[in-house]
Amino acid sequence: MSKATEVMHPDEAAHGHDDHHDHHIPKGITRWLFTTNHKDIGTLYLWFAFIMFLIGGAMAMVIRAELFQPGLQIVEPNFFNQMTTVHGLIMVFGAVMPAFTGLANWLVPMMIGAPDMALPRMNNWSFWILPFAFLILLSSLFVEGGGPAFGWTFYAPLSTTYSSDSTALFVFSVHIMGISSIMGAINVIVTIFNMRAPGMTWMKMPLFVWTWLITAFLLIAVMPVLAGAVTMVLTDKFFGTSFFDAAGGGDPVMFQHIFWFFGHPEVYIMILPAFGIISQIIPTFSRKRLFGYASMVYATASIALLSFIVWAHHMFTTGMPLFAEMFFMFATMLISVPTGVKVFNWVATMWRGSLSFEIPMLFAIAFIVLFTIGGLSGLMLAITPVDFQYHDTYFVVAHFHYVLVTGAIFSIMAAVYYWLPKWTGKMFDITLAKWHFWCSLISVNVLFFPMHFVGLAGMPRRIPDYSLQFADFNKWISIGGFAFGLSQLIFLALLIKACKKQGEPVSDQVWEGAEGLEWEIPSPAPYHTFETPPVVK
Amino acid sequence: MQQEYQKYYVPAQSPWPIVGAVALFLIAVGAGNFVIESTQDKSGYGGYLLTAGILTLLVMLFGWFKNQIDESMSGLYSDQLGRSYRQGMSWFIFSEVMFFAAFFGALFYARFIAVPWLGGASNNAMTNEVLWPGFEALWPLVSTPGGTTTQEMSAGGLPTINTIILLISSVTLHFAHVGLEQNKRKQLTLMLGATILLGAVFLYLQVQEYVHAYQDLGLTLQSGIYGNTFFMLTGFHGMHVTLGTIILIVLFLRVLKGHFTPDSHFAFQAGSWYWHFVDVVWVMLYLFVYVL
Repeated sequence: MSKATEVMHPDEAAHGHDDHHDHHIPKGITRWLFTTNHKDIGTLYLWFAFIMFLIGGAMAMVIRAELFQPGLQIVEPNFFNQMTTVHGLIMVFGAVMPAFTGLANWLVPMMIGAPDMALPRMNNWSFWILPFAFLILLSSLFVEGGGPAFGWTFYAPLSTTYSSDSTALFVFSVHIMGISSIMGAINVIVTIFNMRAPGMTWMKMPLFVWTWLITAFLLIAVMPVLAGAVTMVLTDKFFGTSFFDAAGGGDPVMFQHIFWFFGHPEVYIMILPAFGIISQIIPTFSRKRLFGYASMVYATASIALLSFIVWAHHMFTTGMPLFAEMFFMFATMLISVPTGVKVFNWVATMWRGSLSFEIPMLFAIAFIVLFTIGGLSGLMLAITPVDFQYHDTYFVVAHFHYVLVTGAIFSIMAAVYYWLPKWTGKMFDITLAKWHFWCSLISVNVLFFPMHFVGLAGMPRRIPDYSLQFADFNKWISIGGFAFGLSQLIFLALLIKACKKQGEPVSDQVWEGAEGLEWEIPSPAPYHTFETPPVVK
Repeated sequence: MQQEYQKYYVPAQSPWPIVGAVALFLIAVGAGNFVIESTQDKSGYGGYLLTAGILTLLVMLFGWFKNQIDESMSGLYSDQLGRSYRQGMSWFIFSEVMFFAAFFGALFYARFIAVPWLGGASNNAMTNEVLWPGFEALWPLVSTPGGTTTQEMSAGGLPTINTIILLISSVTLHFAHVGLEQNKRKQLTLMLGATILLGAVFLYLQVQEYVHAYQDLGLTLQSGIYGNTFFMLTGFHGMHVTLGTIILIVLFLRVLKGHFTPDSHFAFQAGSWYWHFVDVVWVMLYLFVYVL
């Protein structure tokens, strides 16, 4: 926010009489099934994401158990492949994306002074598609021939010639996930364009709103391309087309082009809202305005635009012409400029701030440090000749887990800790939160940092066995993995306590230094907020 | 700064979205199983589930739209809500554009990169010589590296007639809209009816073209990347025209019931945008699939 905002209800007096459904919160299961309330839908999204996070995490535990020692120990290779595949799909489409959508639901209307999302019924539909989509995906693990085992990127011909029949179920579950994401994104974008309170001009919007606006645009632009990709996989596998088969004039490399045209913007779909969250939290606990607000907005937009012209950096080893290798290398490295602007601005916001280290701030600082590590390993991977060595090794696994776990997921945890008191009206259990933070922080680095070393030494990803020289590191990686998994149970306990509304009541502002419309309404946030738009000065 | 702010209509609870979610669930499970069963000669319940899903979706659409129309007719909607709907529809059409872009992308990649490389272009001389000896890169790819042969669909005849039909339908729909805005109900009814007829004729001719392709040309979904892109692009376009025609029929019935006023006709506008979008896609198809 460029200025402190003041809330004023133009017709406060009339407001008091007009509230017979204001205090009426529907009861029972139909509250959740039929709801049109952005806060209820946000809660549903967040719990769904957390449950998916635990399920996807359990699959990661299977992977790490198998890799604890060299040799095939616990699971069959085909089942191992299903675990890596479904772990990735669940974490991307079931955990990170729904968690961000849940946060957008809760926060965007409150931040811009809107009574709800622009299209509340469609909002409900977007959410309820998701549990069904994942029911299909998870149940496909139990059908004859097993579930998807071709990696979350479902490269052809693994997903066409060599996949099990359940690929059809995978394809249609991805289709309805896509429908859900597109509708969710349309809702966010229309809400931001059309529902801002008077005076909430573009350059006064909180950065979380800005980053989500740009994310929503990316979602609408690329989710349909994913739908096209899975459709071609379906027809190649079942109906005799040859999009990805050279014998018919197609090309398996074309699959990768189409997939990554979706896939790279998708990467930013999973990190831009995180940038928004961190840009909300850092100023609060530095008790300073965000350094370089406008440059943050422009950097976000630049990253989004660049994300459309870098996709083939995932494909340096497919034998593209030299010109393409060079173009995608330089375009990719260009992204580090706006990203660097962001990291600089966060640090500059903290510089000479009056810092305090509440739980959200701890996660935010961890985010800045660890996300930057992931960003720097990304820069290494962007260098074409170097990538020839790193490609498909654990170095890549380390890279994207640093940006997705200590990046996206840490930011989601930071956001939950930051806004949870506003949602429940009670302070969460700070002792548990500290345990959660420190256990997660230490274990996540034990888990992912050594992956850089084994990756540089040549350990390939997605293989259930490895040669003996990687044994010690893998033992430690697995121990870190189990510890990180267990640490999340602390978070689960904390969230259950918070939802039971245990804890000290908090003030409206909750955090000293917090600014924005959501901190000026009561805690807990009333079921309906801003039925008459506030005026932002 | 002092604008009038109407109260934004936030609907109360609604059962329709969850019905829609169940419908999509049945459709996805049904379609998945149906595809497996019908292509692998297995027996199962996929077709039934798919049918049940489609029926549930129809019930949902009917109920949800009835809700919306009742609310709109009883004046619950504000201009701001109208803007939400219009913006929502525009972004939905943008998502459709990107869906078609994926298939156009496949067409261009195959035509300008994959096929020439199989023929030895760029640094792929050995690919051609060792893997696909004797393969010549031509477009349309009437003879695949694997040896499937087919014939080219010519742009003259049906495709050109169909292009003219769709272009005229865009014009008639525009005049229907003008009629609505000027409150000339007769013009509205006639022009909208004409658009529906043109859409139906287009679909009929498209079916004829498919029959011609399969029976006379040997051009099928299985005849290599040319047939793949041809049928996927025209097929998805045909599905969109079908949906667009159904939308127009619903609008026509509503017009007959006296719905829509010169200032309030979001549904009509959305339907007409959708139709124009489908026309633009066809023009691109005509150019890149048939002519060039």
